[in-house]
Amino acid sequence: MTPQPIVDARAVHKHFGTLHVLKGVDLKVAERELVFVIGPSGSGKSTLLRCLNRLEEPSSGSILVDGIDMLDPKTDINHARRRIGMVFQSFNLYPHMTALGNVTLALRKVAGKSRAEADRLGQAALERVGLADRAGHTPGQLSGGQQQRVAIARSIALEPRVMLFDEPTSALDPELVGSVLEVMRSLRESGMTMVVVSHEMGFARNAADRVVFMDDGLIVEQGPPAAIFEKPTQERTRAFIGQIQRH
Amino acid sequence: MTTWDRFLDTFFNGKVMLKYLPDILWGVVVTIELAILIVLSGLAAGLALALLRSLAIRPLNWLIIFIVDLFRSLPPLVIIVLMYFGLPYAEVSPSGFVSTWLSLAFVLMAFSEEIFWAGITSIHKGQWEAARSTGLSFGETLMNVVLPQALRLTIPPLTNRTIAITKGTALGTVVAVSEILGAASSAMSNSYNPSPLMMGAAAYLVLFLPVVVLARRLERRFAWKR
Amino acid sequence: MEAMIQTFFNVEIIAASWPIVVAGLLNTVLLSLIVVPLGLFGGLILAMLASIRHPLVRWPLMAWVDFFRAFPPLVLLILLFAGLPFAGLDLGGFACVAIAFFLNTGSYYGEIFRAGIESVPAGQVEAGRSTGLSRLQAMTYIILPQAVRNVLPDLLSNTLEVVKLTSLGSVVAVPELLYQARQAQSLTYNPTPIVVAAIIYFLMLWPLVRLLSRLENRALAGRR
Ligand SMILES: Nc1ncnc2c1ncn2[C@@H]1O[C@H](COP(=O)(O)OP(=O)(O)OP(=O)(O)O)[C@@H](O)[C@H]1O
Ligand SMILES: [Mg+2]
Repeated sequence: MTPQPIVDARAVHKHFGTLHVLKGVDLKVAERELVFVIGPSGSGKSTLLRCLNRLEEPSSGSILVDGIDMLDPKTDINHARRRIGMVFQSFNLYPHMTALGNVTLALRKVAGKSRAEADRLGQAALERVGLADRAGHTPGQLSGGQQQRVAIARSIALEPRVMLFDEPTSALDPELVGSVLEVMRSLRESGMTMVVVSHEMGFARNAADRVVFMDDGLIVEQGPPAAIFEKPTQERTRAFIGQIQRH
Repeated sequence: MTTWDRFLDTFFNGKVMLKYLPDILWGVVVTIELAILIVLSGLAAGLALALLRSLAIRPLNWLIIFIVDLFRSLPPLVIIVLMYFGLPYAEVSPSGFVSTWLSLAFVLMAFSEEIFWAGITSIHKGQWEAARSTGLSFGETLMNVVLPQALRLTIPPLTNRTIAITKGTALGTVVAVSEILGAASSAMSNSYNPSPLMMGAAAYLVLFLPVVVLARRLERRFAWKR
Repeated sequence: MEAMIQTFFNVEIIAASWPIVVAGLLNTVLLSLIVVPLGLFGGLILAMLASIRHPLVRWPLMAWVDFFRAFPPLVLLILLFAGLPFAGLDLGGFACVAIAFFLNTGSYYGEIFRAGIESVPAGQVEAGRSTGLSRLQAMTYIILPQAVRNVLPDLLSNTLEVVKLTSLGSVVAVPELLYQARQAQSLTYNPTPIVVAAIIYFLMLWPLVRLLSRLENRALAGRR
C-alpha cells in the first residue's frame, strides 16, 4: 500500500459565473514530492492552487490535505490553512510591519505562541531564508527578492505540511530570481512537500519530481521532467513546450 | 476721544471684558466638553459601522449606507433643531447640550464611516489572501493586517473632517447651550457691548488654531508613500 | 404610530405650511447660487496667489486660510451681524451671510484649488511657458483645467457643505428653508414643517452625496 498522499484533490470543478475554469482536476501529491505545474495563461493553474487552501471555493469535487477534508463545513479552515503555506507572485507582505512582524503574526494569533516564542521561531525562519540580519526592516526597505524570501519565511515558520507557490519569481528582476530559487531548492532538500506554478523551466528540470501540464482547466499530461520536456505524448503539450523553448 | 479710542472702547472694553471673562471661560469648558464627547462617540460609532459593513451582510449594509447618506445630506443645524424643537412633541425632551452632542456625533459618525470604509476597501486583496492563507481568521486579518494600514490612509481626511464638525459646537447657541458663542452672545446683549463677542472669537482661535496647524502637519506626514 | 404620524407628518399642516416652506426652499437655492460662486471665486484667488512661491505672499496667505479654517462659520456670521452695527455698520442678514461665506468657504475652496494646482507636474508649466504662454495664460489654460479635474471630488464635497451651511442664515433671519420651517412650526405648534424641511434637504442633496461616496472611494484607493 502506498502511503497516504499529502494533497488529494479529486474531480475539482470551478466556475466563475458562466466561465468554467477547472473542469475536473485530479491531483495527488505525495509526501516530500515537488510537483511543478505548467500551462498557458488562463489555463487555471492559480485557480487550482487557490482551491487547495480554499482561498477560492471549488464548485464541486473533493480536496483532502494531510487527511483533512478542506471542503467539509465542519473543518476549522483557519487551522487547516496553517498547515498549507502559500507564496504569492506579488509577495503580499504587510507593509506596516517589520520582516519579523510579518513572520510572527500568524505564529502568535493562529498557533497561539507567546511573543518571545514567536520571535524565536520567526528569527529561525528568517535565518533559513538567509535574512536573519533583516528582521527589523520593513518591506519597503527590502529588495523584491528579499521580500519574497520573507514571504517564504512567513509560511515555513508555521511548519506547513505542504507549500504552494504561485509564480514566486515572476515579479522579480532577473538578477534577483536566483536567490529565491536557492531558498526553494534548500526547502526541497529539507523534505518539504511543494506544489510550484512557475515558468522557471531550468528549476523544473533539476528540482521537480513531476511536471504537470494544464490546459483549459484540465491536466493534459504529467510525468518526470525529462519525459515531459523531451518526449511529450500529447500534441498540446508539445506545442506549449516548443513555444517556451523557442523563447 | 479719537476714533481709535472709541473703537477700542467699543470692541475691546476692558471693564466689560473683565466682568464677563468668567462666563466666556465657562463657555470654553462647555465647548471642550462637547467637542470631546462628539469626537469620541462620533469616531467610535463611525468605525463600528465601517467594521459592521465589512461583514457584507446585504440588508444591513443597505441600512448603514442609508443612515450615512442621511446624516451627510442633512445640515447639522437642521438635525439639532429637529431634536431640540421636534422631539419634545413625542414626549422626549433632550437638553440643548444633548441635542448638539448627539446631532454632531451622528454627523461625524456618518462622515467617518465613509472614510474608514474607503480606507478598508482600498487595501489590496492580496493582503487579505496572504493573511488568510496563514490561517488568520476574518476578524484577525481585519484587525491586525487591514485596519492598521487603512487607518493610516484615513488620518488626513479624518482630521480635517473632525475639525470641521467639531467647530459646529457653536451651533449649540441656537438651542441655548452656553458654549463659547452662547455665553458671548448673552454677555453681549446684557452689556450692550460687543467686547464679549470679541473675546469669544479669540477663544475659538485659541482652541482651534493649534488643531488646524497640527492637522496641516499630520497631512504632510501621513501622505502615504511606500 | 398613528399619533406619531399626526404629530410629525401631519398632512393638513403640510398643506397649510407648504407655501411658506417652498418660499424658503427657493431662497435656499438662491442663496446657494450666490455663495457657491462667491466662495469658488475667493478660493481661486487665494490659490493663484499661493502659487506665487514667495515667502512674503505664502506665509500671510497660509495664516489667512488657517484663521478661517479655525473659525466656526456661525461665529463669523454673528460677529458680522451683531458686532459690526456697534461700529455703525448694519449690513443686514443676507449681506452678512454672503460675506461670511466668502471668507469661510473661500478658504476651504482655496486649500482645495491649491492642492489641485500642486498636483499638476511642474513640467506642464514649463512646456506651456516654452511655447510662449504667459504665467497667467499657462495657469488658465494648462494648470487649472488639470487641477480642477484632479480635485473634483473635494470641490463637490465642499460645495455640498456650503449648501448645507446656508441653513445658518436662519440664525440671522434670512428666510431660507430652515428659517421658514421654524416660522411655520411656531405658527402651527407642530414639528411637521421642520420634518418636511429635513426631507427636502435630503432629497435635494442625496444624489450629490451618492456621487461623492463613489468618487471618494476611488480617490482613496488611488492613493495606495
Ligand atoms: N476571481 C475571478 N473571477 C472571474 N474570473 C476569474 C477569477 N479568477 C480567475 N478567473 C479566470 O479564470 C481563468 C483561469 O485563471 P487562472 O488565474 O487560474 O489562470 P492561470 O493559469 O494562473 O494563468 P496565468 O498564467 O496568467 O497566471 C482565467 O480566464 C481568469 O480570467
Ligand atoms: Mg496565475
